[in-house]
Amino acid sequence: MTMHVQTAPTATPVLSVRNLSKSFGGIKAVQDVSFDVQAGEILGLIGPNGSGKSPLFNCILGQSKPDAGEVHVNGRSVAGKRACDLNKLGVGRTFQMLQVFPQMSVLENIILAGQEHHGTMFSRLFGAPDAGLTGEAEKLIDFFRLGHLKDELAGSLSYGQQKLLDAAMAFMAGPSLVLLDEPAGGVNLTMLESLKERLVAFNAERGSTFVVIEHNMEFVMSLCTRILVLAGGRIIAEGPPEAIRSNPEVIEAYLGG
Amino acid sequence: MPLRNLILLLLGIAALIAAPLGQGNYVIYVLCSWLIFSIAAMGLNLTLGYAGQVSLAQAAFMGIGAYTSALLTMAGWHWILAAPAAMALCFVIGLLLGYPALRVQHHFLAFVTLAFNTLVFLVLRNEEWLTGGSLGLVGIMRPSFLGFDTMPQIHFYYFTLVVFLIVAALFWGLVRSPWGRAFRALRENPIRANSLGVDIRRMTLLAFAIGSSLGGLAGALAAPLVQFIDPPAFSLVHSLKILLMVVVGGSGYFFGPILGAGLVIVMPEFLRFTEGYYLMIYAATVLVLMIFCPTGLIGLGKRIAGRFKGQRVRADLKQGAQL
Repeated sequence: MTMHVQTAPTATPVLSVRNLSKSFGGIKAVQDVSFDVQAGEILGLIGPNGSGKSPLFNCILGQSKPDAGEVHVNGRSVAGKRACDLNKLGVGRTFQMLQVFPQMSVLENIILAGQEHHGTMFSRLFGAPDAGLTGEAEKLIDFFRLGHLKDELAGSLSYGQQKLLDAAMAFMAGPSLVLLDEPAGGVNLTMLESLKERLVAFNAERGSTFVVIEHNMEFVMSLCTRILVLAGGRIIAEGPPEAIRSNPEVIEAYLGG
Repeated sequence: MPLRNLILLLLGIAALIAAPLGQGNYVIYVLCSWLIFSIAAMGLNLTLGYAGQVSLAQAAFMGIGAYTSALLTMAGWHWILAAPAAMALCFVIGLLLGYPALRVQHHFLAFVTLAFNTLVFLVLRNEEWLTGGSLGLVGIMRPSFLGFDTMPQIHFYYFTLVVFLIVAALFWGLVRSPWGRAFRALRENPIRANSLGVDIRRMTLLAFAIGSSLGGLAGALAAPLVQFIDPPAFSLVHSLKILLMVVVGGSGYFFGPILGAGLVIVMPEFLRFTEGYYLMIYAATVLVLMIFCPTGLIGLGKRIAGRFKGQRVRADLKQGAQL
């Protein structure tokens, strides 16, 4: 049975996925998946390896073309949009593998993450070198508690610090939707708390909406307001963290006894 | 700008102004070549050093720029119009050459640009009706500006110096602007840059186009300097020479290609007294430098400066690790 997860019809959902399918050769990676994410939600996307989380992310982010189905962000179709266009529509993301610009300072990494959203091609060539973003960037860096490191090269930071920077970059342009692909991967416990706390604070203060792929159950259960479970390319369960934790089908497919 | 840097800059410009005084025609000619190749190498530094796109075709763009400006000036245009026309043509052709870079990278891209350089060489040699073929173009006039005739060698040097300083100032602004940051982002991590809103297709094409137009400007200066151009002056080996300037000087650093051009052009002249050995000594020096300091002369300088100042410690490690 295909499970269509519907939330109460309120305002236009920030993210709307309808009947999305994607196959690679004979393997059906994503099968007829539909779900909505409302403004301010933190949605967790969990499931065993190979359950179709990454292909789903890639279809949402325009990195691969779905075989069928539609994706809308703030009511606008993302079909045929490039990653840079999606970013301009208000979608931020982080990658599974760490992605910062190692030869640039922390401050420059953050300014880069915002500069394409300010002014025109012309003003970016002839205007201020920082596109007038230093103040805003420093605030965000302080928010992620990297203030003392702002002039360091990003490549010289510890892994956990780079992970925080990576997340901060995704927030610089003030996105309405942020997709985080395994933000907790390889991050130590202290750092993880710090990351979670910052994400929650950001969500509370700015009302940003998150979709999070994560294998760290502690992290995902305490961060997310709602969880979708994928297995074999389909949604097998959906609900608040407590319900997911005790769902027999989820325990069987993923969490284990 | 800090006072120290301003003083260094003024001293540098003063040295460039004083350099040709009391020198013979040949030394001034070498100095002119240095400035001209610095402009070409700056262009390649944008494409390769900042934006990370390999190009082995910078000499081809010098060729296009040289022939275009020479043909236009011989047809009666003033250099001040012919040179921008040559740059514009190189900009457009560079834009087109950038398209393969959207599909292929690294050594594959190197081969595409290498083939382009060969193609340009063949066109220059074979299209005799336009380019004069193997015999080249003879009798290119040097321009004169409001009574300032660049025919005397030292006048031509100052003309080249003014162009060089304007280009260097604009280039400095470019690499420090948000565009420069987007170029570096393209080099370091194009996928991440794209996800942050940087239009990597546009920036790749612009990196080629702007870099190529500087090659064209260098060509438009080289033609009136020598007053004679022929196809071998713009063959692949010269593209490799410009690449060497960028890499030896320090790719991705503002002053890298200027130093590199100095080394590649001036050092062989210094070594002439060794007669038959100068090319060997030159090659060995470059080999040793590249093995021990792949980041070029600028990288070497930073390493030496680091020895004197001591290693920098990351801000949060001064007080012990926190996280």
